[in-house]
Amino acid sequence: MTGADVLLLALGAVAVGAGVLVVATKHLVRAGLYLVLCLGALAGDYLVLTAELVAWVQVLIYVGAVVVLLLFAVMLTRAPIGASDDLDRPGWPAALIGGGSGLGLAVLLVDAYRWSRVELPAAGTAERLGEQVFRAWVLPFEVLSVLLLAALVGAIVLSRPEIGRRPDAATPAGPVAGAAVDEGGRG
Amino acid sequence: MRPVIPYLTAAFLFGLGVYGVLRRRNAVLVLMAVELMLNAVNLVLVTADTTARAALPHGGQVFALFVIVLAAAEIGVGLAIVLQLYRMRASVAVDEVPLAEPPAPVLAGTGADRPGPDTGAADRTEGQR
Repeated sequence: MTGADVLLLALGAVAVGAGVLVVATKHLVRAGLYLVLCLGALAGDYLVLTAELVAWVQVLIYVGAVVVLLLFAVMLTRAPIGASDDLDRPGWPAALIGGGSGLGLAVLLVDAYRWSRVELPAAGTAERLGEQVFRAWVLPFEVLSVLLLAALVGAIVLSRPEIGRRPDAATPAGPVAGAAVDEGGRG
Repeated sequence: MRPVIPYLTAAFLFGLGVYGVLRRRNAVLVLMAVELMLNAVNLVLVTADTTARAALPHGGQVFALFVIVLAAAEIGVGLAIVLQLYRMRASVAVDEVPLAEPPAPVLAGTGADRPGPDTGAADRTEGQR
């Protein structure tokens, strides 16, 4: 075992342990913080696997943006501060399916790779990856930018406050309620 | 470098994500479990980039970047849906969402002219009365 193997084992253990805590903890906010730990360990994994740009993008977008958004959602849905008991459903089928898929994938991959070793390729720096993205993968890149725009517009449309209201709610209520509805529509 | 170590990590993370999606009731926690699954896929892609020599170098890492972008878009739209659900029903429990209910009688009360999380709760109690 080389140093890279030891690092991969340690970071993988941290990632899996933090993942267990994410799906098992009874504190909503702590689940988000364990998710930070899991994603950070995975970023370390990427660094060991010489994927530098992916590691830093992981830190920037996942740890920086996605987890912050998730924590915002936890706070906006008025989550309780302490432990809450109603987070889980009775979980025998979930444990069966989740454990089955995880163990099945593990057996498949162990059978495919055994204890073989490979040499690490040249590091995936921003220069090399940018060359690939803008030379070989230009069309998927552009399609992804269109998809991001669609997701942006979709999120804005979904967040309008008048969704779920009856369309004729303003008509019988008089001018005061109508003005309030208009205010809500702008805000 | 033994590629079986990161592959095993990814397999276990994917299983944990599947378990979390099926087990959790809170919609935000379900989204967190989905993130675990997406990260397992990313780890497989980056590891495969080191083990498989493809015609185009670094294809796996480029795909990992694309998956990260997809995850960002997914989390934006998903959280917008979750917050809208919370505003309408004052609850984010995924197994309490009725899939086939006419939307009209839920928000028929007078609280409908004020946006905010508590209008959904007021209207729901009024609807139950």
